[in-house]
Amino acid sequence: MPEIKVTPLGAGQDVGRSCILVSIAGKNVMLDCGMHMGYNDDRRFPDFSYITQNGRLTDFLDCVIISFVSNGEKKVLLFCGVLSLPYFSEMVGYDGPIYMTHPTKAICPILLEDYRKITVDKKGETNFFTSQMIKDCMKKVVAVHLHQTVQVDEELEIKAYYAGHVLGAAMFQIKVGCESVVYTGDYNMTPDRHLGAAWIDKCRPDLLITESTYATTIRDSKRCRERDFLKKVHETVERGGKVLIPVFALGRAQELCILLETFWERMNLKAPIYFSTGLTEKANHYYKLFITWTNQKIRKTFVQRNMFEFKHIKAFDRAFADNPGPMVVFATPGMLHAGQSLQIFRKWAGNEKNMVIMPGYCVQGTVGHKILSGQRKLEMEGRQILEVKMQVEYMSFSAHADAKGIMQLIRQAEPRNVLLVHGEAKKMEFLKQKIEQEFHVNCYMPANGETTTIFTNPSIPVDISLGLLKRETAIGLLPDAKKPKLMHGTLIMKDNSFRLVSPEQALKELGLAEHQLRFTCRVHIQDPRKEHETVLRVYNHLKGVLKDYSVQHLPDGSITVESILIQATAHSEDQGTKVLLVSWTYQDEELGSYLTSLLKKGLPQSSS
Amino acid sequence: EDRELLERQQHEDLSTKKLRLTKPSKSAALHVDLCKATSPADALQYLLQFARKPVEVESVEGVVRILLEHYYKENDASVRLKIASLLGLLSKTAGFSPDCIMDDAINTLQNEKSHQVLAQLLDTLLVIGTKLTENPSVRMRLVEVACKHLTDSSHGVRNKCLQLIGCLGPVEKGVAKEAESQAAKDVQKIIGDHFNDQDPRVRTAAIKAMLQLHERGLKLQQAIYGQACKLLADDYEQVRSAAVQLIWVLSQLYPESIVPIPSSNEEIRLVDDAFGKICHMVSDGSWVVRVQAAKLLGSMQQVSSHFLEQTLDKKLMSDLRRKRTAHERAKELYSSGEFSSGRKWGDDAPKEEIDTGAVNLIESGACGAFVHGLEDEMYEVRIAAVEALCMLAQSSPSFAEKCLDFLVDMFNDEIEEVRLQSIHTMRKISNNITLREDQLDTVLAVLEDSSRDIREALHELLCCTNVSTKEGIHLALVELLKNLTKYPTDRESIWKCLKFLGSRHPTLVLPLVPELLSTHPFFDTPEPDMDDPAYIAVLVLIFNAAKSCPTMPALFSDHTFRHYAYLRDSLSHLVPPLRLPGRKLVSSPVSPSITPHEDPSQQFLHQSLERVYNLQHLDPQGIQELLEFTIRDLQRLGELQSELAGMADFTATYLQCQLLLIKALQEKLWNVAAPLYLKQNALASAAAKQILEETYKMEFMYSGVESRQVVIIHHMRLQAKALQLIVTARTTRGVEPLFGMCEKFLQEVDSFQRCFISELPQMQGSFVDKLLDLMPRLVTSKPSEVVKILQTTLRQSTFLHLPLPEQLHRASANIIEPTGESDNPLRFTSGLVVALDVDATLEHVQDPQGTVKVQVLYPDGQAQLIHPKPADFRNPGPGRHRLITQVYLSHTAWTEPCQIEVRLLLAYNSNRSKAAAKIAKSTWNESPEALPQPENGIEGTIPFSKPVKVYIMPKPARR
Repeated sequence: MPEIKVTPLGAGQDVGRSCILVSIAGKNVMLDCGMHMGYNDDRRFPDFSYITQNGRLTDFLDCVIISFVSNGEKKVLLFCGVLSLPYFSEMVGYDGPIYMTHPTKAICPILLEDYRKITVDKKGETNFFTSQMIKDCMKKVVAVHLHQTVQVDEELEIKAYYAGHVLGAAMFQIKVGCESVVYTGDYNMTPDRHLGAAWIDKCRPDLLITESTYATTIRDSKRCRERDFLKKVHETVERGGKVLIPVFALGRAQELCILLETFWERMNLKAPIYFSTGLTEKANHYYKLFITWTNQKIRKTFVQRNMFEFKHIKAFDRAFADNPGPMVVFATPGMLHAGQSLQIFRKWAGNEKNMVIMPGYCVQGTVGHKILSGQRKLEMEGRQILEVKMQVEYMSFSAHADAKGIMQLIRQAEPRNVLLVHGEAKKMEFLKQKIEQEFHVNCYMPANGETTTIFTNPSIPVDISLGLLKRETAIGLLPDAKKPKLMHGTLIMKDNSFRLVSPEQALKELGLAEHQLRFTCRVHIQDPRKEHETVLRVYNHLKGVLKDYSVQHLPDGSITVESILIQATAHSEDQGTKVLLVSWTYQDEELGSYLTSLLKKGLPQSSS
Repeated sequence: EDRELLERQQHEDLSTKKLRLTKPSKSAALHVDLCKATSPADALQYLLQFARKPVEVESVEGVVRILLEHYYKENDASVRLKIASLLGLLSKTAGFSPDCIMDDAINTLQNEKSHQVLAQLLDTLLVIGTKLTENPSVRMRLVEVACKHLTDSSHGVRNKCLQLIGCLGPVEKGVAKEAESQAAKDVQKIIGDHFNDQDPRVRTAAIKAMLQLHERGLKLQQAIYGQACKLLADDYEQVRSAAVQLIWVLSQLYPESIVPIPSSNEEIRLVDDAFGKICHMVSDGSWVVRVQAAKLLGSMQQVSSHFLEQTLDKKLMSDLRRKRTAHERAKELYSSGEFSSGRKWGDDAPKEEIDTGAVNLIESGACGAFVHGLEDEMYEVRIAAVEALCMLAQSSPSFAEKCLDFLVDMFNDEIEEVRLQSIHTMRKISNNITLREDQLDTVLAVLEDSSRDIREALHELLCCTNVSTKEGIHLALVELLKNLTKYPTDRESIWKCLKFLGSRHPTLVLPLVPELLSTHPFFDTPEPDMDDPAYIAVLVLIFNAAKSCPTMPALFSDHTFRHYAYLRDSLSHLVPPLRLPGRKLVSSPVSPSITPHEDPSQQFLHQSLERVYNLQHLDPQGIQELLEFTIRDLQRLGELQSELAGMADFTATYLQCQLLLIKALQEKLWNVAAPLYLKQNALASAAAKQILEETYKMEFMYSGVESRQVVIIHHMRLQAKALQLIVTARTTRGVEPLFGMCEKFLQEVDSFQRCFISELPQMQGSFVDKLLDLMPRLVTSKPSEVVKILQTTLRQSTFLHLPLPEQLHRASANIIEPTGESDNPLRFTSGLVVALDVDATLEHVQDPQGTVKVQVLYPDGQAQLIHPKPADFRNPGPGRHRLITQVYLSHTAWTEPCQIEVRLLLAYNSNRSKAAAKIAKSTWNESPEALPQPENGIEGTIPFSKPVKVYIMPKPARR
């Protein structure tokens, strides 16, 4: 029985280090290539030795698909599906194609380089990939468009669907013959200010591999949060205060920028908004380029003005922080643990008119976490005590599908099986139960290294010759999708292909002579009359019964019903018994056997 | 030559058939062309060329015959296809009855092999059928034909067949029975069978055909409901979209039937079940279906409130623990009295654990449909959802209360259209609701929006909002004042808003008065500046509240009373009359119980008119005096009584015309000797010109003018033209120029007669009446004689009584912006353009898009006429329009800044007037070619607003 095998190397009942191995109809595909942030040795990479034990990677894998590139937020960095890629392709050694979307391909090297700098230059680690490796790795990348079907080889094809979440995130359909797998990567079913919602058609895959980060959460509408955020900022600015928004370079930062930019435009506000330079500037550049990947509003208004060409948001300079008057500043990093955001925070913390808005999660131990949990006196380096008088606000903007969103996607795609990855086991359990209950499909949640096998029941396409099809449809009624239809033909299995042709053609092709197969049967009838009279009686009887068939009485004393021949002879011993010889070809088996059984019942007592 | 020859031949050939070939016939030409065609491509070219020209009604049948003839000969399917489509086009020709070609068209179907041609032929039959709908036997026949072809293997043919059945299938009971005897056909069943067709296009066509039957009045059977529900899960969006419609139709037909819930033994009303299903479609994969579903939800008003309220329901959870929505939290905060405490981290921390079994992630039915719809990715869906919300809330007050939070949220949508729509929606349901303070806060935040439409919509909303607390009123006032300082142009709209806010909540305003007027129990506070718009705004709020709160004036300080008196005079539409201590109520308002006929001022108007009309045979001097007095009275009346202003002005204008005419015709002046002619001529020609102008004003500036008045106006104009003719005749030497003028005048008389033939009997003894009597003589006589006749007739003719219509309003315009007060010239480089914002209110203008123009007059006398775009006009209320547009100015360089004038004009065109429409209607059928289409040109313009001066300065370009 054909089967699909899925083995998560990372992200199985686990968050981060996304890396899933899929074997479908003899093809091996690796989905994502993430990294675990908890380790500093080789354990942070997925366990590629699982694959390499059987030989070289390139021989084993047909392709690698990267679903998206990370947001740059630390917590979300864990989910990033790309960080191990240079390690994988250059250090472990993989020369096959790597597929990702255009925006992902554009942003990927910047992110990798940034990450490499942090790890190698700052932390001083060795045994890490180099800049050259990143470049070499990127050469193997093939970029795909949305809804473009890419033929990896003759049988394997992949197709990308829009996934929301971050710029360039995509869901991938992997298809071999009529077996298919959809891998969602991270996705978002509710649109936000800069990206749309994930969408997939009713592709009915055999297996849907979905993330389940928020398997047990149903979120409130975004509007309230946005409104609160804007109101806070607006009020502070009106009071003459300064607003600090610590963000990471990609993703949510752009969302908040768009939000503020449109609000400033709408409300005709004049206070300056600044954006700390660096990675963010480059990122904004890509958002500007990939307008087709953004949401409806930005796409529609782009003709007048590209929304990412900010009118109110300018690049930040260190000196601006001391300027008087209200301002809003986006600064990196997002958890106030170092860098520019911390510097500005220290400058502004003393004034109760000012405000800091934390738009995301903060790791324990960071300044961000401390102030969020209500600490008002912070001990900085050098035993300084910083008193925090400014207001501290928390706004969560997350871009993963919640439980409802996951269910909605399953409803849209109508898969035959579902496999959950990228989530905590306990939460997955709940979602699994719900999926099985509501969609009546099997749901799996393998752990890392555990292989799930799914048996598929693929339909096998057979070519039918047009002549045969026309002949057969001409006989019956219109084809009905709901009812199976019986047809006669010869199935030829040759050269890995299936063809259904008419018997004559099959014979011709195979160079065989046609053999006739006839069944003959004798039926004894008690009839004292002469032979030709018996024949006449049989003829009349059959004519009466078989109204729809052509019954003929031939001059040589035989009867034909369609192609069936009936002859009558007197019994050699008993003249009162007549022997009816019924002969038919095997094609007419149905009619022939019916006829014999009819004749065996005897002739009706005729009045004459 | 060839053609004619051929025609003749053909004429002889077809002499048995009666073919009218009087003109060079189209059919013949086509025949020739088609015979000449050597290849199918050629023939196709000819047909394409032929299709570009219209065919007269008489020759349609001939052309059809020719086409059919070629149809049978033709081997190429594409040519046959074109012929089939041409047949359809020809059958559409107005005035042609296609029953004569129906048999032929049906016959063509029989031997046709190509599916495409078949489909096209069926389409032609559909056209024929729709032209012959009143003939049941034709319809039956066509339906039979369609049923026969339903088994075709091509989707296109089946598609057309279903369409045909849908459009022509029997609808009435009686016919259906009759049909049963013939073919025993149940159209619904036939169509229903195709709901499961293998081709999605055919499925869609089947559902559409069913809907078509419904539209034509056939009651659909409830049995289809089950089938339709299955179609909701179809793979194709057009099928789902049509199925949603079908379900909606059925839910409206059988709202109260009971249907079982699958997988349980409960039963619910059909309308509830359908509502649930359509709600489910709001989260469909295709946005087309989502829009459709969201739109239809609005019109399902019979749905039970239980289901309705579910649409706004969304259970939140976090890590399997129940969470409250922001709406719930806001409400709680509000009820616990600590509104706007600010958000803390963990404020939204999840509370109790949830029973995992009880959570339903994919809601069956209505749950959260609007929550989804309002958060949709596509703004089309969001707008549809807001509209639906509006309609449902209008019919259910409890639902209105619930959906408020969601609507308020929509005020911050990223698309302006959605915001505007939700503000309008809120206004429409505002009778049912009272805003909570936190909601009001969100609403008011939008006042800073830079879009004027949004702000004005919001002001309108505030006009009819109920506020629950005095803090709410205070908040609203503060925000409105902020709005005023930020956008000073909103002044009028804000004052109006505060007027309503005050008069709706007098008791809430009362405790705020001392604070608002900043009075102090012991100290005198400085008197505020009377010209400050913000101060006026506060006063408008207070005075309107004081109207129904008699204790309030006691809190006023002295200057407040003075300001009241001033504002009551200057802004009387905003400040109501108050019963102040120590003062009499100045003018008692006209109580609305008096009907217009009993109204003394109305009576006065009629009496004074009667007086004029009765005293016809007074000496000229007396008439003149009487007219002068009456005109003066009427003008004064118009100023006093605003509701009668239109009528009074209208009649005064008419009398003025009459007066001018009488003065111009004074006998003794005409008899004086030549040297005095000049003066007389000047007077008479000026009078004629003025009368003409006034008549145009009367005809086009008033709304509510009926044809009775139009006759009189035209009559007056005719008299003026006669006067002009007389004057010209007296001043010009030589006869030649007079010929043309006379002829033109007589033509006008003629057209007058044609236009108003029905009104003529009522014009006994009038100028035109007499003129028509003399018409035969006039036509034959010389110009000088004509003039003489005219002069006497004009003098002898009686004064026509002008009947008054029920309602008459004079069009008026007021330019709000530019204000004309600025001393700063608008500087721009000469040769380039500068945009000037123009904002004006128009009242009682009919079709402002077509008639209102902006005129710019430059100091050098150069005038520029600007046609505003149709989108620049907004319609805030009945009879009111608002013009917000930009005018582009440009000029060569000036040395000094100088003022230009901007004014609004009302363009008119007598061809477009009612009279012309009447001619067009009456004569259209007789000779369509005789009368040219009225052009959309402008004949003249009437200024109808005060000009505003704008200071501009085109600077020379710097080299």
